[in-house]
Amino acid sequence: MPNDDILLRIGASLRELFAGVLPGPDAVDVAMYFVALIACVALIFTNAVILILAERKVAGFMQSRLGPHRLGPYGMFQTVADVIKLLTKEDYRPQGVDKWVWAMAPVVLFVPPVMVYAVLPFGKNLVPVDLNIGIFYFVAVSSVATIAFLMAGWGSNNKYSVIGGMRAVAQMVSYEIPLVFSILGVVMLTGSLQTSVIVEKQSGIWFILLQPVAFVIYLIAAAAETNRMPFDLVEGESEIIAGPFTEYSGMRWAMFFLAEYASLFAVSAIASTLFLGGWHGPSFLPGWVWFLGKTYVMIFVFMWVRWTFPRLRVDQLMALCWKYLIPVSLANILITGIGIFAYRAMGG
Amino acid sequence: MRTQTYELNMGPQHPSTHGVLRVILELDGETVIRAKPVVGYLHRGIEKICESKSYPQVLPYADRLDYLHSMGNALGLCQTVEKLMGVEVPERAEYIRVIMAELSRIASHQIFLGSLVGECGALTGFVFAIRDRERILDLFDMACGARMTFHYIRYGGVVQDLPEGWVEACRKFLDDFDGMMETYRNLLVGNEILQARLKGIAVLSAERALAMSASGGVLRASGVNYDVRKAEPYGIYNRFDFDVPLGTVGDSWDRMMVRLGEMEQAARIVRQALDQMPEGPVMAKVPKLIKPPPGEIYHHVENSKGDLGYYLVSDGSPKPYRLHVRRPAFVNLQLLDELCRGYLLADVVPILGTLDPVLGEVDC
Repeated sequence: MPNDDILLRIGASLRELFAGVLPGPDAVDVAMYFVALIACVALIFTNAVILILAERKVAGFMQSRLGPHRLGPYGMFQTVADVIKLLTKEDYRPQGVDKWVWAMAPVVLFVPPVMVYAVLPFGKNLVPVDLNIGIFYFVAVSSVATIAFLMAGWGSNNKYSVIGGMRAVAQMVSYEIPLVFSILGVVMLTGSLQTSVIVEKQSGIWFILLQPVAFVIYLIAAAAETNRMPFDLVEGESEIIAGPFTEYSGMRWAMFFLAEYASLFAVSAIASTLFLGGWHGPSFLPGWVWFLGKTYVMIFVFMWVRWTFPRLRVDQLMALCWKYLIPVSLANILITGIGIFAYRAMGG
Repeated sequence: MRTQTYELNMGPQHPSTHGVLRVILELDGETVIRAKPVVGYLHRGIEKICESKSYPQVLPYADRLDYLHSMGNALGLCQTVEKLMGVEVPERAEYIRVIMAELSRIASHQIFLGSLVGECGALTGFVFAIRDRERILDLFDMACGARMTFHYIRYGGVVQDLPEGWVEACRKFLDDFDGMMETYRNLLVGNEILQARLKGIAVLSAERALAMSASGGVLRASGVNYDVRKAEPYGIYNRFDFDVPLGTVGDSWDRMMVRLGEMEQAARIVRQALDQMPEGPVMAKVPKLIKPPPGEIYHHVENSKGDLGYYLVSDGSPKPYRLHVRRPAFVNLQLLDELCRGYLLADVVPILGTLDPVLGEVDC
């Protein structure tokens, strides 16, 4: 019963409220988009706080230690304290940086993840902006992040940063291709790029069962797109200190983290949209709880991988992409096509 | 299009240069043209300091050379002085020394393994190795009250006998050690990515290894069967039955696997030593004022980094006239440039890791 959903009820009452004060339905729509935007940004910030703590807890769990546990129960306020510390740090700009490029990079990096949230289908009728090209929009917007890495790398006037920035461009541009190809399999099955339609079509069977290969490729490519282990060459700590982030401190540095966790959530949410049936689940819980639950499971998988694997080398990274992932994803598209053709030929 | 190489200063402040090593890299893109190690940031002038210290005062400095294998360093220096003075060390002390040196070797190799995989990105592996090393440090803590620079092995024996329950604790550790090794082999060594990162990288031929007077795991990974414990057994090492693990290719992978094998062999030696250890005194009759007769002596031992040698000149006074240390980590580090050339920036760190320098020893 979607109308029992608390979020939808809040949305409906807000809409009524706006209808009373604003002239015309268009103005109400705009106002509702603003509400959605604020909700998304709030989600990103609270999520980052939760995820940073979760990552440290998961890391502790993997490494037989406790993780943060001093501040509040289970160390829940550790991230809050860290954020306060970062906010109150001196805004230090190293000598010789390209002032504007350097200062803009963290902001630019933060933009794509926020934009991606617009098409995430949190629940039935709970898509901030239900674009009919939602998935295409996700792919297009998330590739903007590459520019931010290059800006940070180039603007920092530091050799480690430049190496990191170059690696970022090479890696993210390459891995976008298998990412898109893996998504294509699902798009072929549904015949739609609209995220809500894709989820709707999974009411019977989740696409992870129909597209297991695409799911694995998506996982790998998404890990590479978000620069997480084993693909964190961009900030490969033991080689190039922190890559493009080397010269940043305080809140600018925190912006990179915020963006990283925002995009981690975004790719996990897209994974649960495309492959794990989105908001579908037993009806004793509202749809958005199922959606968030599946997303957090995906995030845990990414964290699990991060704290288990070593890092690839840059040539191995490229070989993996061009020699394995792209051929396999192409083959997957072909097989999916044959499958759909055969299914239709049988009169399905 | 005109291209040019550029220089990258790696260190002395860098997350993975094993301390304060500075490497000047000449890079073509990410390919290494030249890697020049710059040492000396941790230079304390230990050799010179020793000339103005009495022999008992010299001994703590040995702990601070290769601080990861302190026991082995102290063992080497003590045996050097004892050899010059002609001191006979009690049986029990000899066994305790061997046990301590070999446990220390395991601990040192755990740091080697942990930092190597950690630098390849697997931080969890690092934590696992450090966690297991803690057990050895606890044993040292029980025996001498220190966890890092022990000053436990002294001229003429060891400073005090093993406390009650130590042997049982050590046996308990050895029982768990097989499980630790299995974890390393499954989780770290068995990892495809780690294998891809290390296999076939930085191959060192046996000829070059010998020509550059490499020693320890670096030399044995290239297939040269040279271990001071076997070649010129010192102390009571000829009483133990152990193998010398050898590599075949001489790449980074072999250098790691040789060290893994050495850990198992070290545990084997400790087991035998615990079984054979007699009761008795742990300190020989050594004069209060240690004055070795005039003369010079060279004595070398196998520490975890390689062939550690002490060259001591005595003029009969209570202070060494000259003490020179042949530091294997320093000698092995010379290979860095040769091994790194033509590989990628990302390979420099594991190559440096497999050479296993400890800057306390390199800079001395």
